[in-house]
Amino acid sequence: MSELKSLYQEIILDHNKNPRNFKKLENANRHAEGYNPLCGDHYNIYLRVEDDIIQEVAFEGAGCAISKASASVMSSLLKGKTKEEAEELGKLFHKLVMGESDPIEELDRIGKLAVFSGVSEFPARVKCASLAWHTLRAALENKEHVVSTEK
Amino acid sequence: MKAAVETLTPLRSKDPFDVWSIRSDFPILNRKVNGKPLVYLDNAATTQKPMCVVDSLRRYYLEDNSNIHRGVHYLSQKATEGYENSRKNLCGFINAQQTQEIIFVRGTTEGINLVANSFVKKRINAGEEILITGMEHHSNIVPWQIVCQETGAILRVAPINDKGEIILEEYEKMLSPKVKFVSLVHISNSLGTVNPVKQMIEMAHAHDIPVLIDGAQTVSHMKLDVQDLNCDFYVFSGHKMFGPTGIGVLYGKSEYLENMSPYQGGGDMIKSVTFEKTIYNDLPYKFEAGTPNIAGATALGAASDYINKIGIDNIYAYEQDLLAYATQALLSVDGLRMIGAAKNKSAVISFMLEDVHPHDIGTIIDSEGVAIRTGHHCTQPVMQRFGIPATARASFAMYNTKDEVDALIRSIEKAKKIFR
Repeated sequence: MSELKSLYQEIILDHNKNPRNFKKLENANRHAEGYNPLCGDHYNIYLRVEDDIIQEVAFEGAGCAISKASASVMSSLLKGKTKEEAEELGKLFHKLVMGESDPIEELDRIGKLAVFSGVSEFPARVKCASLAWHTLRAALENKEHVVSTEK
Repeated sequence: MKAAVETLTPLRSKDPFDVWSIRSDFPILNRKVNGKPLVYLDNAATTQKPMCVVDSLRRYYLEDNSNIHRGVHYLSQKATEGYENSRKNLCGFINAQQTQEIIFVRGTTEGINLVANSFVKKRINAGEEILITGMEHHSNIVPWQIVCQETGAILRVAPINDKGEIILEEYEKMLSPKVKFVSLVHISNSLGTVNPVKQMIEMAHAHDIPVLIDGAQTVSHMKLDVQDLNCDFYVFSGHKMFGPTGIGVLYGKSEYLENMSPYQGGGDMIKSVTFEKTIYNDLPYKFEAGTPNIAGATALGAASDYINKIGIDNIYAYEQDLLAYATQALLSVDGLRMIGAAKNKSAVISFMLEDVHPHDIGTIIDSEGVAIRTGHHCTQPVMQRFGIPATARASFAMYNTKDEVDALIRSIEKAKKIFR
């Protein structure tokens, strides 16, 4: 039960219910589509990048609470970051949900991403949490094909 | 008083159906998951194994392990006896006419692929058609798509209605002279729909079209009589009928099997081999190249004996009662919507819960020890038909109880609370 509470933290439930930046970005210059064929989670991520700096982030789509909250929290963290900084954050997030890093030690660097540390106790849900970040990487690289969690 | 008597489920066999005695045959049902008693409701994915099946596997490896058919020594004869006796048991279990019509395969998927390659691919030409339904499992879609890609044939899909039932008039209309093969699911794994396959086979036969039935969800839930159905092929998996994984059965009418070319070449499927010419073995060995899953096949015989002992009609009656109870209980959950409302249904219930994604339901109720399936259940076209990405699915077996249905309901209420 305590593990379950750490998975479905209030912040995650809130981002699921009221996702931030949940829209299509009309003036986006980077876009990617992410899909998890196992559970049907499906998101589009839009970025406006200028001079290597992420100016705006938005996303739309549907999926489970973990995937949606992850996309929402991610979108709220990226504004003003360079491509490298965003990718670095993605790596930290991956380590966190894989249980390969200590959220307390990393707190300075990961900030509110720490709410996803509970995911590491649920191996079946790691892909839900990672989908948005995988899609972000594709968007930053401006890949046009659909990013799948199963390849 | 009278009403109470009428709710009693009539038992057709002499032995009374005792779910608690059945449960005691399945040691895994006593285990705990996340500190809670396991409530296993993922039987459409795979069933649990009774002690007699585990014992059969253990006995084979501890006492009889040997290769079959070619050995003259004692153990080889014992192993062969176990393997071939199982074939006889399964022949009786599905009421096939001859034991040689029972081909051991890895499972339903391999059985369908065998028929696709050794039968349909050889008989079909560009522009001709293979007909399936809109509720097939991916394993009864993809092999036909591969045949179509290789031959230029066309895959046609008979539509289903909003209840998840086949639209029979449409199906019948689609049986044109172009159709050379029909492949149908008996019971839908995601909707629970029991298709009127006997009638559908008759309709296809009226046009001389052979029919395969995918029986993966049938064998542990309702009586199967392949002669009565008059199907040309029938496939099922052992692990969905309390047997081991990696073993299943392809039933085919001898008249077809005899004229089919082998699926794989190798040992055991030949009569004689020279570099110039090989003479294939007789049925069923022609289709069983290489050393088969001897332990699995033998234990599958034990599983069919076990089902026979309990009585498939008893199992059917019990599960129908459980289905009615579970349906009513789930429908009383506020915000719950069921997918699949066929008139003739097996004990499979797919559902959605308001804004709570099936994946989240699955994780939360797992913390209460309740195991269900969430996702598309390898039936993505069914999900597309109903415009949903996924469902939560509770699928029952003869060892499930009403108490377990209640535990499911309580755990769903908990999921609702978290997402309130």
